[in-house]
Amino acid sequence: MDYFYHILIICLIYSIFAQSLNLELGFTGLYNFGHIAFFGIGAYTSALLSLNGVPIPLAVVGAITLAGIAGALLAIPTLRLSGDYFGIATLVFAEMIHLIFLNERDITRGPMGLPNIPRPDWIGSGISSLPLFLAVTFFAATITFILLRRITNSPYGRSLKVIREDEFVAQALGKNTSLIKTKAIVVGSVLAGLAGVIWAHYITYISPADFTLQETILVLLCVVLGGKGTHPGPVVGAFVIIFFAEFIRFIPIPSEYVRFVAPLQGMVYGFILVIMMLKRPQGLISESRKFATTNA
Amino acid sequence: MLKIENVSKSFGALIAVNDVSFNLGDTGISGLIGPNGSGKTTLFHLITGFYKLDTGNIHFLDQRINGLPPHIISRKGIVRTFQQTRVLPFLSSLDNLITAAPNQLGENLLPLFFQPSKVALQETQNCEKAESILETLGLLKLKDSPAGDLSYGQQKLLEIGRVLMADPKLIILDEPTAGINPTLIRHLVTILENLRDQSIKIFLIEHNMPLVTELCDKIFVMDSGSLIFSGTPSEVQNNSRVIEAYLGRMADAADA
Repeated sequence: MDYFYHILIICLIYSIFAQSLNLELGFTGLYNFGHIAFFGIGAYTSALLSLNGVPIPLAVVGAITLAGIAGALLAIPTLRLSGDYFGIATLVFAEMIHLIFLNERDITRGPMGLPNIPRPDWIGSGISSLPLFLAVTFFAATITFILLRRITNSPYGRSLKVIREDEFVAQALGKNTSLIKTKAIVVGSVLAGLAGVIWAHYITYISPADFTLQETILVLLCVVLGGKGTHPGPVVGAFVIIFFAEFIRFIPIPSEYVRFVAPLQGMVYGFILVIMMLKRPQGLISESRKFATTNA
Repeated sequence: MLKIENVSKSFGALIAVNDVSFNLGDTGISGLIGPNGSGKTTLFHLITGFYKLDTGNIHFLDQRINGLPPHIISRKGIVRTFQQTRVLPFLSSLDNLITAAPNQLGENLLPLFFQPSKVALQETQNCEKAESILETLGLLKLKDSPAGDLSYGQQKLLEIGRVLMADPKLIILDEPTAGINPTLIRHLVTILENLRDQSIKIFLIEHNMPLVTELCDKIFVMDSGSLIFSGTPSEVQNNSRVIEAYLGRMADAADA
């Protein structure tokens, strides 16, 4: 049962992370391949602040604010780039952030990571805290869901889709496309930061190895598999992917083969992504073409 | 209204628009004609801010607009369609129109949380306006269909509807009748004439000469990047330079 709680918490953290990416990738058509950077910034900032005696609520606010600012700083130069070039720039950005975590040893302790990240007293630690932590994570995921639904089921959300479909048309119709996209990236980064914060205080140990391209691909897969541009899609995707990832741990593999098979895990996700793209590009849940917020 | 002064634009060695000057004045419907490659679409891109001009100035309602980004020019009242229809294929016809409504409060994030009823009211009003435009275009029954499912001609009409939704002062149409059937062309002519009666100015590129002479109050003729003539339809038809540059080649094409 405790193990089940653990998996649910991870699912919910990934659902927040995937929903935040969906705002950029699904609704706005921005292929952000560096989304893990904001998850990492949230995790490291909150961990470092709370390890240095800042009260946890303040550390959380500081962390998601910094993630949002980082999002704006990324958006302003990179939004001049289109399509693939934006993707490459975000990929490089995530690598830069990863290298900062790894090399700024005076602040981040480098590859040794940050152990003993505190939790709020009222949640506590150990196995007995799992149900309460689950409840808090569920609350955060629900808030994220409601917030994003409000943001996207709106004229703003429609303008995101217009930009996704045809940016020139959006401009011809008087939309300030850079501003609209910057806002989407900032909101997406804040929520990714929130997911990172919860992760850091849940696992209580973070290291640079947690924030690599591998995790970006995992969250990308959650969004694409679940159904990009839909509200439940990334949540469904996160649950399916995390449960699947846990399930493959239990495949009985003779111990002498483990060292050959283990690296295949990453390949499996890549394989699923390719199959999805070929067979069901819209994901498990497909986007409704009808929008009309007045009918909502 | 729209005044263009000594506007030039080159792409490398190619001079696409060469020192063009004219003033639309109070003309209701103005036409821009000229052979393929004469710089018409480039000029439209310059007016709407999608291209930056090399030299010259463009004034709209006594304000200089060159150098402004496309969305600001659009908000000032110059709204365009594209040569290749560019509807938003995955959005419904209705959403294709509503999105063009100007000054939408709900396109900002904070009002979504702090003034939701105001946002909803504006959305309802925009929805009604969009439905009435769809009705005049004869597309109301297709309002929930994805725009990508509409026929080519219907998409052209939808694009014009989208422009109307933006409360334009000057509409810029790049080949509005290209590739649509004669019945729809008549429908389109009626719509454009109604707009002229509502004192919305129209500036269009068109290759259909009988239509241009029927519809336009004034015609500008371009050839190889330069403005070679402007005048009323009958003046244009009788001008030897125009016939040589444009109508002459049309006749050759007809012979062939």
